[in-house]
Amino acid sequence: MTADLSRSLAERIRAAAREHKALRIEGSGSKRFYGRTPCGEPLEVSGHRGIVRYQPQELILTVRSGTPLAEVEAALAEHGQMLPFEPPYFGPGATIGGTVACGLSGPRRPYSGALRDFILGVSCINGRGEILRFGGEVVKNVAGFDAARLMAGALGTLGVLLEVTFKVLPRPACDLTLAFEMDAAKAIETLNRWAARPLPISAGSHHGGRLYLRLSGSEAGLAKARRELGGEALGPAADYWRSLREQTLDFFQDERPLWRLSLPPATPPLGLGHDADWYLDWGGAQRWFKSDLPAKRIQKRAADAGGHASCFRGGDRDAHVFHPLPAALLARHRRLKQAFDPAGILNPGRLYPEM
Amino acid sequence: MLETVPPASIPAELIAELRALLPPAALLTEPEALRPYECDALSNKRRTPEVVCLPETLEQIRAILRACHLRGVPVVARGAGTGLSGGALPVAGGVLLSLARFTRIQELDPVNRTARLEPGVRNLVVSQAAAPHGLYYAPDPSSQIACTIGGNVAENAGGVHCLKYGLTVHNVLGLKILTMEGDLLEIGGQALDGPGYDLLALFTGSEGLLGVIVEITVRLLPRPEDVTVLLAAFPTLAAAAATVSRILAGGIVPAGLELMDQLAVQASEDYVQAGYPRDAAAVLLCELDGCSAELEDETARLEDLLRAGGASSIQRARSPEERQRLWAGRKAAFPAAGRLAPDYYCMDGTIPRHRLAEVLEQIGRWSREYGLRVANVFHAGDGNLHPLILYDAARPGELERAEAFGARILELCVAAGGTITGEHGVGVEKLDAMCSQFGQAELAQFHRIKEAFDPGGLLNPGKAVPTLHRCAEWGAMHVHGGRLPFPELERF
Repeated sequence: MTADLSRSLAERIRAAAREHKALRIEGSGSKRFYGRTPCGEPLEVSGHRGIVRYQPQELILTVRSGTPLAEVEAALAEHGQMLPFEPPYFGPGATIGGTVACGLSGPRRPYSGALRDFILGVSCINGRGEILRFGGEVVKNVAGFDAARLMAGALGTLGVLLEVTFKVLPRPACDLTLAFEMDAAKAIETLNRWAARPLPISAGSHHGGRLYLRLSGSEAGLAKARRELGGEALGPAADYWRSLREQTLDFFQDERPLWRLSLPPATPPLGLGHDADWYLDWGGAQRWFKSDLPAKRIQKRAADAGGHASCFRGGDRDAHVFHPLPAALLARHRRLKQAFDPAGILNPGRLYPEM
Repeated sequence: MLETVPPASIPAELIAELRALLPPAALLTEPEALRPYECDALSNKRRTPEVVCLPETLEQIRAILRACHLRGVPVVARGAGTGLSGGALPVAGGVLLSLARFTRIQELDPVNRTARLEPGVRNLVVSQAAAPHGLYYAPDPSSQIACTIGGNVAENAGGVHCLKYGLTVHNVLGLKILTMEGDLLEIGGQALDGPGYDLLALFTGSEGLLGVIVEITVRLLPRPEDVTVLLAAFPTLAAAAATVSRILAGGIVPAGLELMDQLAVQASEDYVQAGYPRDAAAVLLCELDGCSAELEDETARLEDLLRAGGASSIQRARSPEERQRLWAGRKAAFPAAGRLAPDYYCMDGTIPRHRLAEVLEQIGRWSREYGLRVANVFHAGDGNLHPLILYDAARPGELERAEAFGARILELCVAAGGTITGEHGVGVEKLDAMCSQFGQAELAQFHRIKEAFDPGGLLNPGKAVPTLHRCAEWGAMHVHGGRLPFPELERF
């Protein structure tokens, strides 16, 4: 199923800009929980869908924003390829547009790269209703400012995505997941020691006294790494990594707000409360924390460690949910928002209340 | 040549202020001291600056920027001056700000695998400092002995290994930036992402238009366990080009995949005798890396793909010395081409890999038409072309012919679905070519982005993004009867 709605979407945006009416950009709604409370009239983009170009021999894919992520991953799998950043869905209908706008990456992120690393180009509609094309369909391109990657994680506040071009990669021949019994401090130390060596690691997590390590590559390569590292091989472990990525593990079934901390990977365990329970992903660089503690306290702890904290799910979605920006940086964010969306109509307040 | 800044000279009051701000050795105003700063590695564009500042502290940079900001005087930041597009060319009435004295590695963290660097640290020095920990910094532009990390970020530098390890933008985790207004912005750090917009991506490759980069945190990677290098000879350029796509489609992502045509091979052989086959129409140099156990399988598969693509002979380096020998032929290609003619003009367009053969053939036809020889040596795996147009500037009209030929190649790259610059940047060199790649709306958006960070338009003005006026004039020259150049090529 394909349809090109770019002209009617641009027309809607031009009209909204004239009337200064806020628009809330909607795909499937799978990540509606993320960011601050959306406001404005809904702008449906899920009808704008279809794979525009997929050239497996070029390792390049261009897709309309409303296309379901599942459809894209299925098309890639047919040719033994993948989106290397292992994006979370958070719902069966997840679209490419929402995936890019949220800029989230899964367990493979520290070892293969983030969503933004695989963006080669986008076309989008800015807040003036102009259709713009940035980047392109080649892997090396330094012409003009990199406004394409800027869209990743901007939560639609700079433009409504129409098409995204990704660099894709061949899927590794084999995966192997190993488990090791150890506490968090030792796990962080171990994961970082391994990451400094040329091992075929594709994911590393820790929770409940167990370190999980995924290796990806050829059979011979994995066999050798396994002999060296030891550990207990988990049977088919795809479910485990999917459940971690989709936050369906028991750890995430908890009413308290879910915090995401992004930290220098070797940061020792942060504590925060006497029975604090942490789930470590990304080899220690991304840590999940369920807590009712005040935002300020969590954010200060993250900042002191050289990272940042966002309230990923739950809690007060009308307050700040992303780590507050220093004044000089916030001022540039506002000017940048203004540069793309002078009337302030695209997903206002979704990222920060001032934008 | 430069457009937005009318010729002007720096107010004497500003020079007096700079004298008060800086130690005597940090301010150059004598003609002979200024001469080394008149151009970067795009040496056919020159302008002697009136003043060069060589600050030694962050506070001095901030004071220089504030003083220039208050007086509306433009500032051009400069690293080692190895840029190939005139990004560091001085502007009329502007101050040249050299960051050459900021050469400290502030922190090397082997556990988190990052290095925090001042902007004047040379690219190769980072990998040398990381080597005792088994780590290295991946982007390796050909000028890596001399070029600085600050310049690498400003240009989003690439290198021969970016097919697998990415460009600078994929390897930078944090930046500290001074704005023209003198504010210090801290973006990212040692974590894998930061809050807010992805300003790391926006600043990387912004060619000094948005801010002055004063500190860079890069990620370091573990050195691969093992490396194999193969050199394959092909009877035709088209067969070599088609094999590039075949390798990637075969599920192999080489660390490097370089193509050289016969003229480049012969020039290189005359220069360094690396043992390349002189009779081959083209060669592919292919590097694989990874753990030893994997590499053996992968090398065998690669050899099959090369043979299936029509390779007439394959050499495989079995020792580090042989690897070095094979790479020596490629690395000598540019200086070797320099021996073929008094001057050469290096292009940098990128195209989708599957169009390599047709675009190279077209360049060959034009080469005969313009009467200028072209040597091709480039990053084939990325589709990043570097045609070297050979000419003699002493012969009247040859430079202009070379430039016209080059401009046509860039338009061809755009028409083939590619870009005018893969890694060298736009600078002053490709302003007209930008008009063929972007429409008015995109260019206007770029100007608004610049205004968001530099409202006075004082940082490196007139570079990287052409004015709409310039493109309107360019368009009037290039579009005849509503037809774009190269109607025979499918546009997308």
